[in-house]
Amino acid sequence: MGCDNILSDTFIKIRDLHFSRGNREIFSGVSLDIPAGKITAIMGPSGTGKTTLLRMLGGQLQPSQGTVEVEGLDIASLNRKHLYKARRRMGMLFQSGALLTDLSVFENIAFPIREHYQFRESMIRDLVLLKLELVGLRGAHALMPAELSGGMQRRVSLARAIILDPVLMMYDEPFTGLDPVTLGTIVTLIKELNQSLGITSVLVSHDIHETFSIADYVCILSEGKVMAAGSPQELMESDSEFVQQFVQGKPDGPMPFHFPAESLSNDLLSSDFKAGQHLS
Amino acid sequence: MSAVINLLQVIGVFVINTVASFGRASIFLSQIILGFKDVILRPSLLIKELYSVGVLSLLIIVFSATFVGMVLSLLGYVTLVDFGAESSLGVLVALSLIRELGPVLSALLFSGRAGSALTAEIGLMKATEQLASMEMMAVDPIRRIIAPRFFAGLISLPLLTMLFMAIGIYSGYLVGSVWLGVDEGSFWSQMQSKVDFQGDVINGMIKSAVFGFVVTWIALYQGYNAYPTSEGVSRATTNSVVYSALAVLGLDFLLTALMFM
Repeated sequence: MGCDNILSDTFIKIRDLHFSRGNREIFSGVSLDIPAGKITAIMGPSGTGKTTLLRMLGGQLQPSQGTVEVEGLDIASLNRKHLYKARRRMGMLFQSGALLTDLSVFENIAFPIREHYQFRESMIRDLVLLKLELVGLRGAHALMPAELSGGMQRRVSLARAIILDPVLMMYDEPFTGLDPVTLGTIVTLIKELNQSLGITSVLVSHDIHETFSIADYVCILSEGKVMAAGSPQELMESDSEFVQQFVQGKPDGPMPFHFPAESLSNDLLSSDFKAGQHLS
Repeated sequence: MSAVINLLQVIGVFVINTVASFGRASIFLSQIILGFKDVILRPSLLIKELYSVGVLSLLIIVFSATFVGMVLSLLGYVTLVDFGAESSLGVLVALSLIRELGPVLSALLFSGRAGSALTAEIGLMKATEQLASMEMMAVDPIRRIIAPRFFAGLISLPLLTMLFMAIGIYSGYLVGSVWLGVDEGSFWSQMQSKVDFQGDVINGMIKSAVFGFVVTWIALYQGYNAYPTSEGVSRATTNSVVYSALAVLGLDFLLTALMFM
């Protein structure tokens, strides 16, 4: 299953993706298409590999099988030079912000420009201040990352991610831990960036309300596969028990809450059970 | 029988892991060396790291060299004076510091001060996704972050070692001649005639350059491959200091045998 039935212009094409960490299979044959110029949300329970999928789009992780194509380029097969060239057209908002702690807010945002271009200082200043204004932190340009709250760090990180005007933006849990005003601003900002610049956006999130309010398409991953895909409206109206459990946050249903394990009675009665030790 | 098989299995796993680790470290080193061009093109990055790795290590080097030179001179005098050979004190102090103590102690102090700091810094950058974010900004962290630190370590340690030797010899002179009364002329003239620039000083500096290379390589590799948790960074930092010390001492014997036999 994938989003391919609802798309016209495909920007990212994922086919038969397999990936494992140790003995644990994260993806077992994921195939999906992500449309150009739209906001596509990747959702699913914790530990289903949503962030891992973003890392694969950016070429930071290699699939064990299958392909990930971004703008027609098979990311896993690119050499270093071409991979870095492709990354210049991508922006990523990390969950933790991932700001460079020895640089000020201003220098963090200016960092990609200084690394890739020989712009005049006045031009760099203007570009950085405009992006900072966009995320509401122009007044914080001189602060160091350690002086910012988690939400502010994420906003600075967003400004840095869009400073090179990427064609693909990836957001890893952009709504987590934000106050209501900032949350509303970030939601609007993601939507506006997408609409005004025509950026293709891939958004990983757990927040149903915010994500459904801006996403054009939603893919729900679970147990290494795409379990459901469609527009937010289609998913809200879906008959699938799985989808309804996820969107309504019901505790009981086909989506497993427990990490795979032996039965509780077996563990409690077993003399071989060793607490805290790896099963394999 | 099963105990033997288990033992073989443990040895096998250890050997495979060690060889794999050496392989990864060698690839890492080759990537750093490829970053030399970027370091040359952007000397400001190197200068910043020279300050952080080299200048900030000055205090511990100066302090240690002063006391090592003083103790060496004091103990040398106590031994030599029984044979009426205290005029050779300058030679003893200088050769000990130039051939052995200068390069080795500087490298051990350097690994404790600068090496551990490099490992912790890189490990934390990894744990907080700073390196990953650089990759996504199309900036290679090995060329931008690792290579300048590596070449800064490579340049700093020989310079710090020279300083260690000079300060150690001068503090030895203060104790030997100024305090204990060894003839000043004998102290310096015997040193001048017995210490060979090519055979002693240059060899000492070669040792120091090798130690600088190895200590910085180990420190950066440990940080870059640290498990991205607080425990992982802590373990990497410990490993960095322990492996550096073992490598310095082992290489010291090897180089001494090659140079002075």
